[in-house]
Amino acid sequence: MIENTYRILVVDDEPEIRRFLRASLKSHQHEVVEADSGMGAISQLREHHPDLIILDLGLPDIDGVEVTRRVRAWSQVPIVILSVRSREVDKIEALNAGADDYLTKPFGVGELLARVRVVMRRVGNTGTKPIYRVSDLLVDCDRRKVTLAGKEIDLTPTEFDLIRILIENAGKVVTQRQLIHRVWGAAYEDDSRLLRVNISNLRRKIEPNPNQPCYIMTELGIGYRLKDD
Amino acid sequence: MAETIHRPDPDELLARLKDEEQRQARGKLKIFLGYVAGVGKTFAMLEAAHQRREEGLDVVIGYIETHGRKETEALVAGLEVLPRREVAYRGTVMTDMDLDAVLARRPKLVLVDELAHSNAPGLRHPKRYQDVEELLEAGIDVYTTINIQHLESLKDVVQQITNVTIRETVPDRIIDEAYEIELVDLPTDELLSRLKEGKVYIPDQAMQALEKFFRKGNLTALRELSLRRAAERVDNQMVDYMHSQSIPGPWPAGDRIMVCLSSHPMGERLVRVGRRLADDLKGEWYVVFVETPGHLHMPAQNRLRMQQNLRLAEELGARVVSITSESVAESVIDFAHQHNITKIVAGKPLRPRWFEILRGTVIDQIIRNSGRIDVYVVSEGTEIPPKELTKFIPGALAPHKPLSRYIASMFLVMGVTLLGHPLRNILDPTNLVMLYLIAVIVSSVFLGRGPSILASFVSVLAFDFFFIDPLLTFTVYDTQYIVTFIGLLVVGLIISNSAALLHDQVDALRLKGQQSQALNDLSRELTAAISLEQVLQTVIRHVNAMFHREAVILLPENDRLLVRAATPGFSINESELAVADWAFKHGKEAGRGTTTLPAAAIRYIPLVTARETVGVIGNKPQDPQVLLSSDQRILMEGVVNLAAIAIERASFAEKAAQTEMLRNTEKLQTALLNSISHELRTPLATVTGVLSSLEESEHGKPEHRLDQATRLDLIRSATRQADRLNHLVENLLDMTRLEAGAMQLNLEPTDFQDLIGATIHQMSPEVCDRSLNVEIAPDLPLVPVDAVLIAQVLENLLDNACKYSPPQSPITISARVNQDQIEVAVQDCGVGIPAADLERVFDKFYRVQRQETITGTGLGLSICKGIIEAHGGRIWASERAEKGVTISFAIPVHFKGLP
Repeated sequence: MIENTYRILVVDDEPEIRRFLRASLKSHQHEVVEADSGMGAISQLREHHPDLIILDLGLPDIDGVEVTRRVRAWSQVPIVILSVRSREVDKIEALNAGADDYLTKPFGVGELLARVRVVMRRVGNTGTKPIYRVSDLLVDCDRRKVTLAGKEIDLTPTEFDLIRILIENAGKVVTQRQLIHRVWGAAYEDDSRLLRVNISNLRRKIEPNPNQPCYIMTELGIGYRLKDD
Repeated sequence: MAETIHRPDPDELLARLKDEEQRQARGKLKIFLGYVAGVGKTFAMLEAAHQRREEGLDVVIGYIETHGRKETEALVAGLEVLPRREVAYRGTVMTDMDLDAVLARRPKLVLVDELAHSNAPGLRHPKRYQDVEELLEAGIDVYTTINIQHLESLKDVVQQITNVTIRETVPDRIIDEAYEIELVDLPTDELLSRLKEGKVYIPDQAMQALEKFFRKGNLTALRELSLRRAAERVDNQMVDYMHSQSIPGPWPAGDRIMVCLSSHPMGERLVRVGRRLADDLKGEWYVVFVETPGHLHMPAQNRLRMQQNLRLAEELGARVVSITSESVAESVIDFAHQHNITKIVAGKPLRPRWFEILRGTVIDQIIRNSGRIDVYVVSEGTEIPPKELTKFIPGALAPHKPLSRYIASMFLVMGVTLLGHPLRNILDPTNLVMLYLIAVIVSSVFLGRGPSILASFVSVLAFDFFFIDPLLTFTVYDTQYIVTFIGLLVVGLIISNSAALLHDQVDALRLKGQQSQALNDLSRELTAAISLEQVLQTVIRHVNAMFHREAVILLPENDRLLVRAATPGFSINESELAVADWAFKHGKEAGRGTTTLPAAAIRYIPLVTARETVGVIGNKPQDPQVLLSSDQRILMEGVVNLAAIAIERASFAEKAAQTEMLRNTEKLQTALLNSISHELRTPLATVTGVLSSLEESEHGKPEHRLDQATRLDLIRSATRQADRLNHLVENLLDMTRLEAGAMQLNLEPTDFQDLIGATIHQMSPEVCDRSLNVEIAPDLPLVPVDAVLIAQVLENLLDNACKYSPPQSPITISARVNQDQIEVAVQDCGVGIPAADLERVFDKFYRVQRQETITGTGLGLSICKGIIEAHGGRIWASERAEKGVTISFAIPVHFKGLP
């Protein structure tokens, strides 16, 4: 399979990080544009119109979260966040502000490339993918039908809404708030109980071993990610 | 015949040497003594100062009064004059010597005029001689001037001679301890002519008083006094010299004089007489105060006078002793025998003759039992104001008893009379007397001395009036009843007195009992108090309860006194702090009721232990008029001593704890450095090694190139090591955050099944490649925790389980609810933990000592502990029955965050 190649904007104030990202991305035939600050990122974005941004959160001038917010004001270009672990809250904030995925530093290049692939696959594919199939799990969104290894599974409307939203973003992380907001509405945003109970029920129905789930993965403290391959 | 060599007694010699040394460390005081103003003391002092200056001494003037005389001013001009201190007082500005300026300037010699001067209110000491003493203590020599009439012991003599009241006096010891005295003399005629010429300065307002003073007779008498005093001084020096040079001489027999003091106004005179007698006889002298149970009822005024007299005695150089006893005479005689007293001085107050016959006088008893001791009786003169006299004598009749008690005693007698009336036909009148005796006894026991004496008298009258023929008159036909009357009266009076005495003794005992109980309580509580804070609060509370006084305790910190504890709402200002500071530095009481800075509102007592002064306790009565009685002062002394020791102990303990903490911190730092440097370097060494070998391989000859499999293997190992490094850094960061208290919990209702699953999922296979048994109880509630942090705990526990158990052995994670707590356990089948270490494994940097070379920092479990405790839970290790260890933690299901 010939991989697609993209123009990628790498935003990080650390030259060494930019150096190895540039090397790795170029070796996969991507074109690399660089910026070392938040303002620099925005001007590079206007000038070069990259297909994807890899954005560090800790920037010297404006915060990565703020950069995300400003970019989202006029552009839907996919954003993958780079952050160190201690900035969990920032990660959620950036995701809620519109970032598409995140990676915790230190990270492997393989992981980064996989994230880039997942994110780019979603681009231009905003509508519901009618059929989702991973190993034994098959979800037909149009017909609201879920089967596990050929056996039909009965889902409540809420559970089905949840899996539909996860399927839309398969492979990407979806924050708790985003899920609650879309299933129950903005009024419930601060109460994650319903979400947890429903995810737990959903897993019990579709996961072969709910103790070690293989379809709906939990990103601790952030949200959920549906397996995608 | 060989000459006898008189060797000085070595002890005595040593004492003299010590005395000499002390005098050298102290500054030397030279006093220019005159008999009256105008003899030229200041002039003589200035002349001497000039001489010293020419000898090269550093001489300054601390305070001098030239009274505008030209010759004197000319002498002042050549010397450095320190600026005076200005004190605003009631609208006027007064200037006085600036003591602190002199202390700061530290000259070798300072001139301070008019030793007897009283300082302006608000200065550190009320009297200038106290300033001078402080200067001497600081090692500065002082020249000063004084007139003879200002000597404390001569005060009343001068008063007798001149009829002028002397207000400003200086204790005799100042003169006695002076290094040198220079008598400045001028014949009286010459002085009088100088006075006429206007060469003697007299302030206008004092003109009239002084005109009386400057009569030739007065002046001659004063001159004689001063000459005699100076001669005495020379005589003393001579004796001293003879002593030190072992010259035998006619020593005066070692007389010891004892002055018996009471609260009577003539006490002051007794003290002065004692001092003069002691001076004349060159003997030691004691002033003894016998406190009897009766003194409990002493009016405040007498008590105050008593204290003043005792203080005066101290100033005049007496040894002051206070004895508690029932009988004055007995204890005086006892004391005299014990201390080899040769002469007793006692006063004889004027009392009505009947009083003396009835009660006898203490003097008579003393004289009767004195044996070989001479007794000097000083009779009460007429100079005592009659007002005070009348006040004193009824004191014996206890006029301070409330009126109601007297009325009660009258009712008692009335009741007995009513009771006796129907019985008068059955009983003999003499037997009816017994009823009255009952009334007297009852009133003496319950109502006190006064009412019971009244009852005795009234009983006699009532008995006569109602029961003796002719009835209802005071006339008596049968003279034998006179005996009955006298008997009834005498028995009544004796009973009154004895019962009252008993009463007083019981009171005194009770008071003493209460006091020792209070001290005992304090001491017990102080023993129980562990921290300094507890000790201070205990002392404050007890001072408050025992004396009804507000208290404050100041302790030194970095060379400054700081308020460490106080009665709630009680604070002290800057100037009070300065008083406390003085008390602390000098180890003497200061402030209210003392002679140093008495203008302060609070009395400061230094907390002195055998080693050092540990602080100062200040106390202030809730009612500003109340002074401490002598009993209370003794009690206060006890409290202060206990407090000082307790505070010293507590601060030692605190210091020891601090040292221990420092040592632990140091140990920790060393452990951290050892552990971290090893743990950081090992993976770094691998990564660097791998990278450098890859680089080498790229550069080298083709035959030295690594094959692809080897390269891949190396790279994987470097990645693993980098992961390990990352894990370590994370742990260190978490530790730091926990230590700094910056760990913020992001509590979210969490499904533990989900949490455990996610944790296992995100663990890299390099860290833990086991098959795990996950046993999760069904229907676990959602528990509010910080999922990321708890996942980290699980990760650390799983990591440990993998490290310390053989490969392929099973690891079990279980979760269940146990009494409102969610309990999670990680079990392995590994080497286990020795029972002794089960608790310590959660300590920072603690690692079980083992043969195996399993790497680790000893941080993991202590971080787990920190996180779990932040969730209000606990974590513990237990040995498994078969093999291995179980680490469990429990978190409350309804945790809402720590307070």
